[in-house]
Amino acid sequence: MPVTRWLEQVLSPRARLAVLGAGACLLVAILFPLWHITMFANQFPEGIRLSIYSYKLVGGKDGADLQAINILNHYIGMHDIAAADFVEMRFIPFALGAFFLLALRTTVFARVRDLVDLAVLVSYFAAFSFGVFWFRMYTYGHHLDPEAPIKVAPFTPPLLGHQHIANFDVYSTPGAGSLLLGVVVLIFAAVLALEARKHGVKTP
Amino acid sequence: MTVRHWIALASAALVGACTPSRAPSSGQNSQLADVRDAAMRTYVAPGKLDDYYLFYSGGHSGNVYVAGIPSMRHIITIPVFTPYPATGYGFDEDSKAMLGGYTWGDVHHPALSKTKGDYDGRWLFVNDNANNRLARIDLRDFKTKQILGPIPNSSGNHGSAFLTENSEYALVASRFSIPLPRGTYAPLSDYATKYHGVVSGIRIDSATGTMSVGWQIVTPPFDWDLASTGRDSSRDWVVWTSYNTERATGRLEVAASQRERDYMIFVNWRNATAAAAAGKGRMLDGVRVLDPRDLAGSIFLVPCAKSPHGADFSPDGRYVMCNGKLAPYVTVFDFQKFLSAAQTHDTVGNEDGIPVLRYESVRVAEVPVGLGPLHTQFDDQGYAYTSLFVESAVAKWKVGPFDGHDSSLVVAKIPVHYSVGHLVVAGGDTRHPYGKYLVSMNKLSKGQHLDIGPSQPESSELIDITGTGMTELYEAFTEPEPHFAQIAAASLLHPIEVYPKEENKDPNAIWAASDAKVTRRGNVVEVKLYAIRSYFAPNAIEVNQGDSVIIHVTNAEQERDMLHGFGIASYNINLVLDPGETKTVAFRAGKTGVYPFYCTNFCSAMHQEMQGYLLVKPRGGAGAAASGGGR
Repeated sequence: MPVTRWLEQVLSPRARLAVLGAGACLLVAILFPLWHITMFANQFPEGIRLSIYSYKLVGGKDGADLQAINILNHYIGMHDIAAADFVEMRFIPFALGAFFLLALRTTVFARVRDLVDLAVLVSYFAAFSFGVFWFRMYTYGHHLDPEAPIKVAPFTPPLLGHQHIANFDVYSTPGAGSLLLGVVVLIFAAVLALEARKHGVKTP
Repeated sequence: MTVRHWIALASAALVGACTPSRAPSSGQNSQLADVRDAAMRTYVAPGKLDDYYLFYSGGHSGNVYVAGIPSMRHIITIPVFTPYPATGYGFDEDSKAMLGGYTWGDVHHPALSKTKGDYDGRWLFVNDNANNRLARIDLRDFKTKQILGPIPNSSGNHGSAFLTENSEYALVASRFSIPLPRGTYAPLSDYATKYHGVVSGIRIDSATGTMSVGWQIVTPPFDWDLASTGRDSSRDWVVWTSYNTERATGRLEVAASQRERDYMIFVNWRNATAAAAAGKGRMLDGVRVLDPRDLAGSIFLVPCAKSPHGADFSPDGRYVMCNGKLAPYVTVFDFQKFLSAAQTHDTVGNEDGIPVLRYESVRVAEVPVGLGPLHTQFDDQGYAYTSLFVESAVAKWKVGPFDGHDSSLVVAKIPVHYSVGHLVVAGGDTRHPYGKYLVSMNKLSKGQHLDIGPSQPESSELIDITGTGMTELYEAFTEPEPHFAQIAAASLLHPIEVYPKEENKDPNAIWAASDAKVTRRGNVVEVKLYAIRSYFAPNAIEVNQGDSVIIHVTNAEQERDMLHGFGIASYNINLVLDPGETKTVAFRAGKTGVYPFYCTNFCSAMHQEMQGYLLVKPRGGAGAAASGGGR
């Protein structure tokens, strides 16, 4: 079957259920952190922790750790890390809600092309969020106050993985929210692959 | 025999006749059966935590010391009745007001709050023997929260603080008798009739721990010494020991040691509370004061040998152990026999209306523990431990059966270095002692430590009491002067790490440098000062000579151990602020000139830079000042 005809096919009931489940995951992702940044040093054996949600920043120890990070960063002239700087936090939850509605729509009308649209949008959104996150990290690390008591070369905190900065070991890892987004993309890809095989789609 | 033999024999005889250079049983570590084993049992590696808290009184230092067991490491000093620059205690307005102008107190007997007779980890109450006060330390933050007193009519708050089974009351007694109310004059020749002792019930609010004077009972002018509160069947009763029932004045070491027996007083505190509530007695210096005659059936004397120190209820509340001090035994009284003697009026007389019960009817044993028994505590295995001051030892003995074989009850004795006063067993005054460890608080340490000149610390010896014997494990040196102590399981306490910002209700607290400000109202300059790593805002305060200056400092940190200090040079001002804490200091800017202020409690790499200036303009100088500057 040519791709153009396949796009007009209706998804199997099992595929619809998977799409609905994936849509629910998008909503649930709002409840969980997208990213974790944890800093260890000799005098911080318990770590200083920051969790980034789609709409808020939460410091460890009931929020105290965000202030702790900002106090340490002010010595190198870094701007206070504040939720207000993350403009995207104002719309990411709504975007996730909209994707959920689109997933509902796909479950009901269930055309393959609906799912392709949704998969493309969600993948783009995930990549965009990751890019924005990198941009924030870059901005914080490259706009240092020239009058800071301690002068350091501009830097970008780690996006993923471990980095040694001054006396700190900094770990940056995806949170449950990001993992859910990844799972959603995988579900969409798997459903599309299975549907394509079922209909014997020929790639042009 | 050759001449050589004769010389050898003569030498041997000479050596045998010589006085040994040290006491045969003395010598460093002579009690440590196995040094390596003792070291392993007390070594707590860096980063590891002790199993128990030891709260010991600091005596006339006015402080409470906190150490860990088994390491015996001193962890912190809690200032109570004495200003303590290290924590800024007594320098800010709140703690200054609490100290009430006194610069010392004499902490003797700490008491952990109890529920159902066991420690509940909420508060620690301590007495001030000197100025008749009682203080409450909150174990949520290890800070003194209330100082009650001077308690009216009471003089020498020694027999204190002893808490009832559910911390309803702290029971306290006067060591010194005076003419009442305080401030009254009567010549010493009228001591026997015009001087009086007082025992008091201090009510404790069960929700807040706030103390207030409930009632008092006027007693004959005996010197009340130590107390113990009952448990289970004896839960409504408290006992105090006494000396100087001779009612003597002058050289008491002789005059107060003439009778073979002094007294314990038994008071039913619940009935006293009810009598006071019913309006019995009279008001004296603002307190409802009861006469023993108002309390028929609720107050008795029981003879006890001789000038006793501690009286201690066994964990089940059945027996009271009276420590003879000048008699070489602990007298054991049976509370059930006390009750029947009290009910059947089995008396031998009375003292100012207080019936004296027949000694033989209440006493069940005289356990010959040794010389100078002062104080007894209990473990979880049915053993009692008595400190022997004169003998400089601790005796271990079985709490019964009391069937006439009193001397067979003593099972072990261990010498201590030197001259033990009180001792404490883990949980040793609760319904369910933990046992395991005992700390012997020795009055003399003579030469057990590096030489440090004539002013000497005390020594606190950790003794393992598991099994039937006792093993010395460790010795720590403690600043003057622990009297009594409490040992609580580490798991019982859950102190906070910082003062949560949300709980700070001080209207002058600020959480952003932008909220820092200087306000002038007439001659009063009020400053809201912000402290955070590593700066103050404002960092310059300008006032006029003679202004009243009020400074509220907030430490805006929320990170553990991130303390800041605020010291103003030459103005005798020294605050220390824990994370999330606000303190206020008020003073008159009498001296003109420029006075640096700075962070006294090392905080960060930029700690040295955390400083500023108080500028005091001469009166009549150009331009009135009241401003803050700089960020």
